[in-house]
Amino acid sequence: MLRFVAARLLQSLIALAIVSVVVFVLARATGDPLYLILPMSASQEDFDNARRYLGLDRPYVEQYLSFVGRAITGDFGVSLRARRPVSELIRERLPNSLKLAAFAMGVSLAMAFPLGIMAAVKKGTGLDRAAQVISVLGQSLPTFWVAILLVEFVAGRLQWLPAGGIAGFSSYVLPGFTLGWFVVAGLMRLLRSGMLEVLDSEYVKLARVKGVAERRVIWLHALRNALIPVVTFAGIYFAILVTTAIVVETVFAWPGIGRLAYEGISSRDFPVIQAVVLTTVVNLCVDCLYAWIDPRIRYAR
Amino acid sequence: MPAEPAAFALPETAVPAAASRGWRLPIFPLGVIGLFLLVALVAPLLGLPDPHAQSLRNRFKPPVWEDAGSWKHPLGTDRLGRDMLSRIVWGSRISLSAGVITVLLASAFGAAVGLTAGYYGGRVDAVLMRVTDATMSFPVILLALILAVTVGPSFTNVVVAIAVILWARYARVMRGQVLTLMQLDFIAQARLAGAGAWRIITRHLVPNTLGTLLVLVTLQIGYVIIVEASLSFLGAGIPPPTPAWGSMIAEGRDVVTSAWWVSLFPGLAILLVVLAFNLLGDWLRDTFDPKLRQL
Repeated sequence: MLRFVAARLLQSLIALAIVSVVVFVLARATGDPLYLILPMSASQEDFDNARRYLGLDRPYVEQYLSFVGRAITGDFGVSLRARRPVSELIRERLPNSLKLAAFAMGVSLAMAFPLGIMAAVKKGTGLDRAAQVISVLGQSLPTFWVAILLVEFVAGRLQWLPAGGIAGFSSYVLPGFTLGWFVVAGLMRLLRSGMLEVLDSEYVKLARVKGVAERRVIWLHALRNALIPVVTFAGIYFAILVTTAIVVETVFAWPGIGRLAYEGISSRDFPVIQAVVLTTVVNLCVDCLYAWIDPRIRYAR
Repeated sequence: MPAEPAAFALPETAVPAAASRGWRLPIFPLGVIGLFLLVALVAPLLGLPDPHAQSLRNRFKPPVWEDAGSWKHPLGTDRLGRDMLSRIVWGSRISLSAGVITVLLASAFGAAVGLTAGYYGGRVDAVLMRVTDATMSFPVILLALILAVTVGPSFTNVVVAIAVILWARYARVMRGQVLTLMQLDFIAQARLAGAGAWRIITRHLVPNTLGTLLVLVTLQIGYVIIVEASLSFLGAGIPPPTPAWGSMIAEGRDVVTSAWWVSLFPGLAILLVVLAFNLLGDWLRDTFDPKLRQL
């Protein structure tokens, strides 16, 4: 088992190496960042100086190797725009994204549980149908559109909640709900099919024959066993939430890593782009590993 | 090559549960998808105003049921006085073609990779699956954003950026299916009968995985439409003035208080189409392959 995990970790490192090269090349291909940093009146000499100062005059291979060498120690260089170490920016923004994702995960679990259990227990009825429509709806709504409508109505006209930024618990509600609803469908479906499977099993039948109350059967026997896939998949959904937050963070002016990525790309801030992509990829690799360790996930796919 | 008895050609597939109870076609999804497809196809014949025609005198005209609305612009006009209905109709061409083309490209490539990996196994499988994993771990929107700033936003870039990542899902799922099929007797029997790799893949593996592929394709079209709209919204998708639903929503964002219809209607269009594809996909899965609950 240990050997398996070690091999898998090594493979993830290879994947990471490939991704880092791709990002490096793509980031370099986005055009010269100096045009965005230097003032219009800058002379050729200013350009040369800035290029030398930022290390952009060296050969690409050298730039890449020094990038990798420093990235391993957690040093991603200095942001071209903010003029601050990228690792500092990431450390500042990542917790905000993680907190938002955690809140969104809470929202989606809070929606998925009642819906999934209700759908399984009342299988084939109107309630089942309704639960499925509510969850599919979340998957079908464009998050940015929901965000705009919520900002306009709940934050603007009703003035119930703040429209953007991060300040206290209330600012989590709108972005968290927008983000969380998106993954309800996946979780709810897992829970529903898991419950149905367990409710159909021999031991549940036996429990019923023995006269165990239906309520006890559902909550104690069925739910607890249907939880296993949900718990294991929750980690993967969490990673999805962190990486799909770019749009939501942009609309709600959330100071997270998604908005950092958006700003980094639009201002051609190489070090920032590289660091953000590597951070998210590491995040996802860890979760792939998770899926491999638990054979149930592997086969469920 | 000896002729194979029919029984060898296909494994015993369980009769879909719904089929035995009689078919209950999903009318709503099929109707919505059919309507949007039809409208997208015949858009030039509908006699709608030019979606690019600007008229500053007719800026922000509300929809027909509001006091200031008129039948000339049933869904109102936008910031430049362009007809909303016409822009939504023309926008459906963008969204639907982006969804269909991207998914076709991704599924063809991904299925080929998955079939190869699953059939040959061993080293081939290991290498292909590592590449698949690396691809899957790359956030789609991030790549598309990078591409958009690199080579400029365009329809082709959006399709390429999404397809370059999306194929990995198909490779994963197809490989899983092939691995299961390879353990069944009929493949061994085909081998014994002298069938080569090409014949086994095309005659035995492909037909038996088509159902899964169809479910995944349907579900992914909706997802791609959402991603394309998100990119257009962020300014990294289809560049203006081409009417794309995502960028239309972005244009209405700042005026949503006074001219809510500019953002609302394109969003409703996205919602309807994506919901229809998702419901159709769910129905296909439940009907043909109930085990695929993770797709």
